[in-house]
Amino acid sequence: MTFSTYLKQQTEAAPLAVFRILFGLLMCGSIIRFWLNGWIEKLYIQPQFFFSYYGFEWVKPIGDWTYLLFVICGISALLVALGFKYRLSIIVFFLSFTYIELMDKTTYLNHYYFISILSFLMIFLPASAYFSVDAARNRIFSFQKIPQWTIDSIKLLLVIVYFYAGLAKLNSDWLLEAMPLKIWLPSNYDLPIIGNLLQQEWAHYAFSWSGMLYDLTIPFLLLYKPTRTFAFILVVVFHVLTRILFPIGMFPFIMILSALIFFDAGLHHKILAFFSRIFSISKNQFDNGKNLILNPIKRKIVYPILILFFTIQILFPWRYLTYPGELFWTEEGFRFSWRVMLMEKAGYAQFKVVDSKTGDGFYVKNSEFLTPFQEKQMSFQPDFILEYAHFLADYFRRQGHENIEIYVESFVALNGRRSEAYINPEVNLLEYQDSFKSKKFILPFNDQIKGL
Amino acid sequence: MKTTFKLLFLFVCLCIVSCSDDESGSSQTDNFDRSAMLENWADHIIIPAFEAFRVKTQNLKVKTSDFNANPSEATLESLRAAYQETYIQFQTVSMFEIGMAETVNFRMRLNTYPTESDVILQKIAANNFNLELPTSFDEQGFPALDFLLNGLAETDAEIIAFYTTDPNAEIYKNYLFALSSTINDLTTEVTYDWTTSFRDTFVNNTSSSSTGAVDRLTNDFVMYYEKYLRSGKIGIPAGAFTGNPVSQNVESYYSAELSKTLYLTALQSVQDFFNGIHFGTTTNGIGFDDYLDYLNTIKNGENLSLLINNNFDATITQAANLNDNLVEQVETNNTEMLQAFDQLQKNVILLKVDMMQALSISVDYVDSDGD
Repeated sequence: MTFSTYLKQQTEAAPLAVFRILFGLLMCGSIIRFWLNGWIEKLYIQPQFFFSYYGFEWVKPIGDWTYLLFVICGISALLVALGFKYRLSIIVFFLSFTYIELMDKTTYLNHYYFISILSFLMIFLPASAYFSVDAARNRIFSFQKIPQWTIDSIKLLLVIVYFYAGLAKLNSDWLLEAMPLKIWLPSNYDLPIIGNLLQQEWAHYAFSWSGMLYDLTIPFLLLYKPTRTFAFILVVVFHVLTRILFPIGMFPFIMILSALIFFDAGLHHKILAFFSRIFSISKNQFDNGKNLILNPIKRKIVYPILILFFTIQILFPWRYLTYPGELFWTEEGFRFSWRVMLMEKAGYAQFKVVDSKTGDGFYVKNSEFLTPFQEKQMSFQPDFILEYAHFLADYFRRQGHENIEIYVESFVALNGRRSEAYINPEVNLLEYQDSFKSKKFILPFNDQIKGL
Repeated sequence: MKTTFKLLFLFVCLCIVSCSDDESGSSQTDNFDRSAMLENWADHIIIPAFEAFRVKTQNLKVKTSDFNANPSEATLESLRAAYQETYIQFQTVSMFEIGMAETVNFRMRLNTYPTESDVILQKIAANNFNLELPTSFDEQGFPALDFLLNGLAETDAEIIAFYTTDPNAEIYKNYLFALSSTINDLTTEVTYDWTTSFRDTFVNNTSSSSTGAVDRLTNDFVMYYEKYLRSGKIGIPAGAFTGNPVSQNVESYYSAELSKTLYLTALQSVQDFFNGIHFGTTTNGIGFDDYLDYLNTIKNGENLSLLINNNFDATITQAANLNDNLVEQVETNNTEMLQAFDQLQKNVILLKVDMMQALSISVDYVDSDGD
């Protein structure tokens, strides 16, 4: 089969419809949960300073209007689930969700990034062709069958996420030292039944190795029909276990529901029939046998975008290879690479404001400027440290200080190693601007972590 | 297929139920007995320390009454002695800001310094004061007592005059008594709570979540060391955060010959607590050092408890260079103060970064998701 015949293959739209509905509902639920936990207030209203992604300094919380942003995001997620004005809804969702994530990189999580890029991908997929308000309102937009590649593109994204997460675990700390699980698992001592087990060293190794094997193989076990049901059971067990052991919020549920996309349409028709019974929807109206075929103009737009999208997804996690030094230590090229639950890192950064003329100086109380969460995240990530140093310089200049230089005494502990000096304390951080270049002020890592 | 999914659904539900109550926790025991550590903390350190402190505050209140009944050099001296003993003893309990102590803002009400001496004088002049108000935290506790006993005037005779011949003498006495009796009342309340209900609540709360007793007290302990011991007693008076040393910020400013003793007592209490040493004895019970040693048998890393103890020892050794009177120290040779700060700093890093990481306890109140 050639690529062009593959592109012409048609399949049932039901799996994509189920995916759209569950994704939308889960996102709407996540937004509500975020709000109810008081995190909008705590993470986006209370702080007086926000850490920006390079190039996105203009994205900031908008005061109390930030709540409106979450309302828009939540409603658009719900509309995605309903399949109401789908294209507009998913674009609004992608933009509002991504804006939220760009407001402060303190809150960066791989799974937020996953949702951003997944929603971007969904803009180009005909997810409302079947079992949606759009399709019910206008027969012209109603199709029972859609191109096979549209469903496969979501599978491909999931394959990338899992496989890269597995590759990232191929390092000596994870496999040979069972770190950081050796730190994390014993702290779950109060779990019934497995609490004692988690104290055992062999259990730490078993969890490390099986986690790695799981990530590397699960996408293929899901793709291969004979192992699919077994793989799905593994997905559920694995993610529920991580949910119990670690504070990872909604992510496990997102991954469990996403994995349903690997199943044949039969299952999805049953799920949709179930929805139809509950909400008294006539499912038959959607089973019109019509084929959705993208017109040539749309194809000319969509194909290159998606090819570029996946090329970036496949290459981007490798960008760390262009930086010198240990990735876990410098974190240059760490984010956006599916390095999930991979290391235990903590730090402490004491900034000093120095008058270059007199040599006099004083220390900064981080708690005056940062929330505890921001301080925690700042203290072991060099780009945060640099951005904060510039913020401090601006602040103290406004306070009337002159000839300001900013130094930092910082210590970082990685995967249970003893804390070591992290940033060169002799370097005036104001001499550096943030960029994609390697940060010369990071002190070398005095150990070696072998592997990818 | 269908039954598989039904079973799966059931399993997911079970798991969601089981992880939704991860706040409560059960009293499982594993190789390291956390409840034994909590018992040691409560029964052999915290409660005895509060008991001993309560007795001192009782005496402080009695000596205040004696002074008020008959203000003289003799009663003033004996009240000052009680103030000093009580203030020193306070350093052994100040780090335990948990339970009732947290509810009543124990540390803030007993030891917010520098005290607002001007406001105290205004309120006495107006005969209008209420120590219950949150805005009055810096007009009460030991620092306010220090001011009224040592800071009103240069000589003892002049000070006594405020309580005898001054037109507002009765109000001065009332304020003085209110200070001592508030200290005593709050201490009694906190001690009573520990000995009745809170002890069991504390010891039984072996949960690994952020609300578990080990997690809570560890956070309190590390925060106390960083904020109140390192910054409060040394860093802020030495001007570490401003570049300008301000001797008025020394603890017990008006009787500053006491200040180094307060610092050393706090430092020793912190080290003793770290090692689980029973209050007022040399008996070594279960503490952070043992917990770290246990975890280190799993990960074979650095001997963290030894490193931390070495730093405590070095800090105490460095304190020998300090004048008993830290006000004089700040004003004559602040460099030694800054060196004490740097020395204290070393354990901030080991406690806050290395120990917290080893114990897998996250720094306070960060309850957002991870991935």
